[in-house]
Amino acid sequence: MVYFDNSATTKMFPESLETFLKVNQSYFGNPSSLHAYGAAADELLSESRKQVANLLKVSSREIFFTSGGTEGNNWVIKGTALIKYRVGKHIITSSVEHSSVSKSLKQLENFGFEVTYLPVNSEGKISLEELQDAIRKDTILVSIMSVNNEVGTIQPIEEVAELLTHYPTIHFHVDAVQAISGLENISIHPRIDFFVLSAHKFNGPKGVGILYKKNGKQIASLLTGGDQEFGERSTTENVGGIAATAKSLRITMNQKEESVIHTEKLKNYIRSFLKEYEDVNIYSPLDGASHILCFAMKGVRGEVLVHALEKENIYISTTSACASKKASSSSTLHSMGIPTQWSQCAVRLSFSFENTMEEAQQFVNVFKDLHTKFQKIQ
Amino acid sequence: METMIQIRFGELSTKGKNKKRFINQLSKNIHIALYDFPSIVIKESLDHIFIELNGAPEDIIIEKLKMIFGIQSFSPIYVIPKQYDSLAKAVIAVIEEEETAGKTFKIDTRRSDHFYEWNTNDLNSKLGALVLEQLPDLKVKMKQPDLSIRVDVKEKNFLLSTKKYMGAGGLPVGTSGKGVLMLSGGIDSPVAGYLAMKRGVRIVAVHFSSPPYTSPQSLQKTKDLAAKLTNFGGVITHIEVPFSEIQEEIKTAIPEGYTMTITRRMMLRITDAIRDNWSALAVFTGESLGQVASQTMESIQVINEVTNTPIIRPVATMDKLEIIEIAKKIDTFELSIQPFEDCCTIFAPKSPKTKPHLDKVKRYEGKLDMDGLIERALENLTVTKIRSEKEYSDLKQKSVLDLL
Repeated sequence: MVYFDNSATTKMFPESLETFLKVNQSYFGNPSSLHAYGAAADELLSESRKQVANLLKVSSREIFFTSGGTEGNNWVIKGTALIKYRVGKHIITSSVEHSSVSKSLKQLENFGFEVTYLPVNSEGKISLEELQDAIRKDTILVSIMSVNNEVGTIQPIEEVAELLTHYPTIHFHVDAVQAISGLENISIHPRIDFFVLSAHKFNGPKGVGILYKKNGKQIASLLTGGDQEFGERSTTENVGGIAATAKSLRITMNQKEESVIHTEKLKNYIRSFLKEYEDVNIYSPLDGASHILCFAMKGVRGEVLVHALEKENIYISTTSACASKKASSSSTLHSMGIPTQWSQCAVRLSFSFENTMEEAQQFVNVFKDLHTKFQKIQ
Repeated sequence: METMIQIRFGELSTKGKNKKRFINQLSKNIHIALYDFPSIVIKESLDHIFIELNGAPEDIIIEKLKMIFGIQSFSPIYVIPKQYDSLAKAVIAVIEEEETAGKTFKIDTRRSDHFYEWNTNDLNSKLGALVLEQLPDLKVKMKQPDLSIRVDVKEKNFLLSTKKYMGAGGLPVGTSGKGVLMLSGGIDSPVAGYLAMKRGVRIVAVHFSSPPYTSPQSLQKTKDLAAKLTNFGGVITHIEVPFSEIQEEIKTAIPEGYTMTITRRMMLRITDAIRDNWSALAVFTGESLGQVASQTMESIQVINEVTNTPIIRPVATMDKLEIIEIAKKIDTFELSIQPFEDCCTIFAPKSPKTKPHLDKVKRYEGKLDMDGLIERALENLTVTKIRSEKEYSDLKQKSVLDLL
């Protein structure tokens, strides 16, 4: 089996799975309970938080555990809106954000918020000038993803952060869910206020996310109740998932450098192979994240290619927008100016450190045959 | 280039014949504080301690050294083979690591090898000219330059340094003998412990716990606090005194207004006995004048009446805010404010006497089996040696950390 769909989700590390099981067997107490079982779970929780904070080089008090990337993004966006609506109702984002961001903003538009969607160039990148021009007195939030999930474009987050240092009251949110696999360095620029990660994208469990929230920055709670997570996100903590997440993050960060070099190699190998075909367009920019390769084969709908490869035991995906029948206006490719007849055909390969060169070669061989076959049919 | 850290002493240099003992102690304390980094090698000389990093992370070690008492200042240094070419290359290399645009610099050489072919002036101007030639952004400035490149010409090699960090000052922990600290888990007592350590005192921390009236977390907190204090250079012995029986007895036998005074006197008696058994010379407390009923001068006098041992109260004259400021600086504040029941809150009378009478205190104490109570408490002490915050948390969380 060749699994090239790591941007959708990754396989859990066996070590993390082991932690998940052990914690749920031996540390099953509620961290809020006073007795020894509660205290042990609480200690494990706080050690996990400490470990995550150390890995991200921030303080423990700035790390919140959520149910995933979607919750993190929803919390920051709606939480900002709820707490700052008196100050202003203008929000800036890009036109290529993940739907957990764009749909949250759509909801806010129904409540009278105004959203500026920054356009992107043909490589999927926003422009700093356009961002600068979009900033208004009533802007309360700028939300920009770090790495695009469909084509792997890396947004100029550092530069945005530098620009926003001149606007200290605007909340700056970075959806970094795809960043962890494809960037050599994960660092949180001091001007970033909110930074969202999702455990299942780095070989952790599904259902756990990490939100970095800078000390002093406030967002309203979306989940109220028992006052867990420093009183800002109530609900009994998923201790097993959180411990497994801390472990996955540690392993991921330790092997990051090698892993990025490795996936880049696989990507470049397949990229240069595909480049030879005249009827294949590649949409991932050259300087994109190491683990994502998006391309389209003319006249062959993405879905068809996905299933054809599946038959050969190779698993890839259409880019998320093309999975629906029609390219929606939020699709990254659409925003990059790719015509529908092409974007419908786009597929995404996404690699992990576990993929091998043999697998890449296998893909290349299968693709050669498929290409010949599809050309005949057309 | 091989990196080392050169440590300079402050007050130590005035210790005359005792200097060696002070340096040995400081070296031991550094060793303990850098327990996490087995690759380092510590070497002592009469004027300096040198730490060879051997790949240990410089930035973390710098942060740790800043906390250890007895260090006046320190610098990361490079050891360069004794050839002028190597030195010249190294000087350029260290400067190139810095932001140089518009900056000023000077070369500051010293010679302990007086047979070296060039004297300090020669070296200053040779190296200075070289830097100017290679990095035209830089300008020479003798007074308060942005970059000061210090070159020491030693017998066997050159030492090169560009940065100097200030240490914590004070005396190496362990050079002033042992003291027993009454550690409650509040904000004040860890600060008192810290200030005692600053003057070279090795701490034995005594904590009174009254399960089930006090929680295991409350006891744990005092161990965590003790572990924090080890960062300043020194092993801390943590002693848990079982205090429930005494508190129950006092609660039933003593009129409410006097329970606090008598509780404190019992604590001090036990602490003093521990001091004696552990060959310590004084008792340290976090008492601060006027803060609570037990800390009026009248109360302190009556409580103090049980012993002749010197009782040192480093924070006695400080305001709460001043104490909090130190607690934040030494990173004990967040631990101290964790809300767990401790034995001070649980048996606290509604209106304790702020001006207790000694004769009444003695009369009431007559109703208690004093010797028996104290003996039983002393027989059941739990002693934990805490060597370093890291080692302690490793031990404590071995099982937890295996999971992460």
